[in-house]
Amino acid sequence: MSEAAAMTRDSGRESGGAPAADRPLVEARHVVKHFDLGGHFLQRERPTVKALNDVSITIRRGEAFCLVGESGCGKSTLARVVMGLLDPTDGEIRFDGTRIDALGHRARKPFHRRMQMIFQNPYASLNPRRTVQQTLEEPVRFHFPKLSDAEVKAKVEQVMVSVGNDPGWGNRYPHEFSGGQRQRISIARALMVDPDFVVADEPISALDVSIQAQVLNVMMDTRERLDLTYLFITHDLSVVRHFGSRVGVMYLGTLCELADTKTLFETPRHPYTRILLSAIPRVTTEEMQPPGLPGEVPSAMNLPSGCVFHDRCPLANARCSAEVPKPQSQADGTLVACHAVEEGRG
Amino acid sequence: MALLDVRDLVVEFPTRHGTLTALSGISFSVDKGERVGIVGESGAGKSVAAFAILNLLSRPGRIAGGSITFEGQDLTQLSTQRMRAVRGNRISMIFQDPMMTLNPVLTIGTQMIETLKAHRDISEAEARRIAITRLGEVKIPSPEKRLDSYPHELSGGMRQRVVIAIALLTEPALIIADEPTTALDVTIQAEIMSLMLALCKSHGVGLILITHDLAVVSQVTQRVVVLYAGRVVESGETGRVVHNPVHPYTRGLLAALPGEAPPGARLTQIRGTMPSLNAIPEGCPFHPRCDYVQDRCRQAEPALDSLDGHLVRCVRAHELMAGQAA
Amino acid sequence: MNRLAVFFGSDFLYRFRTDPVAVGATVVLGLFVLAAVFAPWLSGMNPHDPAQIDIMNSEIPPVWQDGGAPAFPFGTDAQGRDLLSAILYGLRISITIGIFAVMVQMTLGIVIGLVSGYLGGKVDAFFMRLADIQLSMSTLMLAIVALAVFQAAFGAELFADMAIIMLILVIGIAEWPQYARTIRASVLAERKKEYVEAARVIGLSAPVIMVRHILPNTLSPLLVISTVQVANAIISEAALSFLGLGMPVTKPSLGSLISAGFEYIFSGSWWITTIPAIVLIVLILSINLLGDWLRDVLNPRLYKG
Repeated sequence: MSEAAAMTRDSGRESGGAPAADRPLVEARHVVKHFDLGGHFLQRERPTVKALNDVSITIRRGEAFCLVGESGCGKSTLARVVMGLLDPTDGEIRFDGTRIDALGHRARKPFHRRMQMIFQNPYASLNPRRTVQQTLEEPVRFHFPKLSDAEVKAKVEQVMVSVGNDPGWGNRYPHEFSGGQRQRISIARALMVDPDFVVADEPISALDVSIQAQVLNVMMDTRERLDLTYLFITHDLSVVRHFGSRVGVMYLGTLCELADTKTLFETPRHPYTRILLSAIPRVTTEEMQPPGLPGEVPSAMNLPSGCVFHDRCPLANARCSAEVPKPQSQADGTLVACHAVEEGRG
Repeated sequence: MALLDVRDLVVEFPTRHGTLTALSGISFSVDKGERVGIVGESGAGKSVAAFAILNLLSRPGRIAGGSITFEGQDLTQLSTQRMRAVRGNRISMIFQDPMMTLNPVLTIGTQMIETLKAHRDISEAEARRIAITRLGEVKIPSPEKRLDSYPHELSGGMRQRVVIAIALLTEPALIIADEPTTALDVTIQAEIMSLMLALCKSHGVGLILITHDLAVVSQVTQRVVVLYAGRVVESGETGRVVHNPVHPYTRGLLAALPGEAPPGARLTQIRGTMPSLNAIPEGCPFHPRCDYVQDRCRQAEPALDSLDGHLVRCVRAHELMAGQAA
Repeated sequence: MNRLAVFFGSDFLYRFRTDPVAVGATVVLGLFVLAAVFAPWLSGMNPHDPAQIDIMNSEIPPVWQDGGAPAFPFGTDAQGRDLLSAILYGLRISITIGIFAVMVQMTLGIVIGLVSGYLGGKVDAFFMRLADIQLSMSTLMLAIVALAVFQAAFGAELFADMAIIMLILVIGIAEWPQYARTIRASVLAERKKEYVEAARVIGLSAPVIMVRHILPNTLSPLLVISTVQVANAIISEAALSFLGLGMPVTKPSLGSLISAGFEYIFSGSWWITTIPAIVLIVLILSINLLGDWLRDVLNPRLYKG
């Protein structure tokens, strides 16, 4: 830990040493996150939201890892646990081989520089009382206190131009910009400190279609140019197909399937993945069909026994309601957590 | 004759900085039982159009010109009293947020029965029976029990189903749905949109679907109207518009969809942003963002041109249609 | 320059200019503040200086009544002080106490509110229960007990010297929960926003996030409370002085002037108590009208003055 800290602290522009290239950049191992809802102090069992239940993912260097799932599946929670915005109830987070979830504030500082985040809501993710210049300078001044004013300003200008923003925006306030422009300012803020890893939590879902394309293009450009690794959280599978190199599909706090993007779209295996894929609206004159997903997502406070998907699954049998399926590796490297797939039922 | 015929509708919002024109003369029609999509990005004026039809514009917005003919009468000329007999009876509305329709302190049953009794002279038991039928039609499990539920006891998807059931209660001729599934997950969206589609067909109800999502429009509607900066820029049969778009804006919107591009390639993007209502460019309002712009586009606003039934507001429509423009 | 231009073109200023009540209240309040600041140059005498007071001039009526003297426009009090001068100096003391007491409240309230709201948990529970307890007792009751004990323990002479500071501290400390609660509510709303998460992602420490990012976004409700709280502090001071626990008669505030004149009200010298009372009422009214207007415009939730 200390050598990792020494390695990156004030190391300037280059991104920290040359660690083994095949070591995964980010790992989440058996992460569990429960939220205590407090409840009444006389209640014996306090209500707990089981947001993540034993989720493991591995993000390789340079890939765009996408997490998809519907609201309440825990994808944003996982992103926040990885970023250290939430503490995991159990499990661990490793970054470049170092366990980071238990680090103190000081020891974590170099990892803050290497891990950045882009948020969903362009209207809430910029402080309304600070100018664009202040917002962008803050991370640089914090992580590179030795840089002179001129160097900081040059850095701001360089990053602003690289994401397609007018560097003359500096003295203006966020409310003067449109959603897409704000989102590009947010991307610039994340890139100010030359991170290795960027988490993007639904970065385009609040934007208009034509603007979504602009922002997505900027993210793809920066990924290639700066050799970034992305964790991209979204509910939009068409964005995943376009942007992602690997995909994890989540349902109710569990990982159902983890596969290469191409494999997932060509041969979806988990029944939930299949239904999700069939529900994507497409530009076609075929009429919209019901996706065949009965009922509703159960409450995360009261999870179904066995496989969390069993009460809505077309392939479920008695084993599914009794036993929690473990992610099983398939021949092509895909991980699928499903008894039906394992038994060849579907 | 068309069920609904909107002609040259102008909607203005007077402010202290001058009058903003949210809709500058839009025209479209809906036939009996026809499903029409109104597509546009935020600020295009698509929701304003819906509110104007129902005479629900928030102050100080007002209809400054044009007519809205529904079942033979001009809605812009109706008294508040007469309008009330149309709204929620002959025309129903479904909003993005189901809580715009549902009253949080009344049970589903009370709201449905009251709506029915307000528009029809029927008994409580009869109203209750109709309510249960409608809830069953929108595939709500055990509808008798659901009548006694409060809105907050239902999930977002279930609430939107209840709203659809309420919209169908009075057997309207037209339903206006403003982004009905935007806040919902894709599986629930598919469930609800396919349900609406089936119900519109079986009841012979006309539908105006207002959305930003061209994919949803293509799978639900028969005709589509594309709005940009308060103007109709393209309209026609849905299949034709989504497969052979002519206007550069419609083309841009479709090309920007990630599902249509090869994975990893850069998406075609429309540069710039939608102009705000107080700064609409001279000439064609789309010209600063258009890849096919010519000098004449900056001079005068083009008229809506008909290419055998497919309407396009672009001076180069014929060239674009023939694939000659560069 | 840019910010100034933004302010002048803003909706805020437009709404101000078009609201006669807001403009009126501001003008009246501005006149009072100017009068207080320039009191030494506006008054005919220094009412705090016994050498300038002539007992022979006592109880001269205001100039518009029979027996009034042009040297004393509002008449004189029982000691022969020029009432106008006494009111101007009293206004000075009242406004000073009001502003400084509010600064004490604000400092305590901001610190406690920020810490409570941002850290939450046990710290929050502790301070909020403390605030509940303090709010359940009236400010005046607390102040009376504190001041009476001080006066009894250290004697009236020392108390007279220390009165201003004591009043500022007592009124300041007694009313911090108002601020702490408002700040806490704003912090709870703000800390959920993504810009705070973004600051945490950068790695900034909690104190920096609180002061640099959250605090500036909680200021508009503060402005509203502050106006109302200045008015409240001036009223509290006047009440305490009226009860003899505030400013001594030798250095009268508006409250002590009202109190001193009270015993003469039925002997015909009505002006000694009535004129300071009218000044106090107009002052409080203008502050409160301005505060109400600010609340309507800025519309912060949760605070009921």
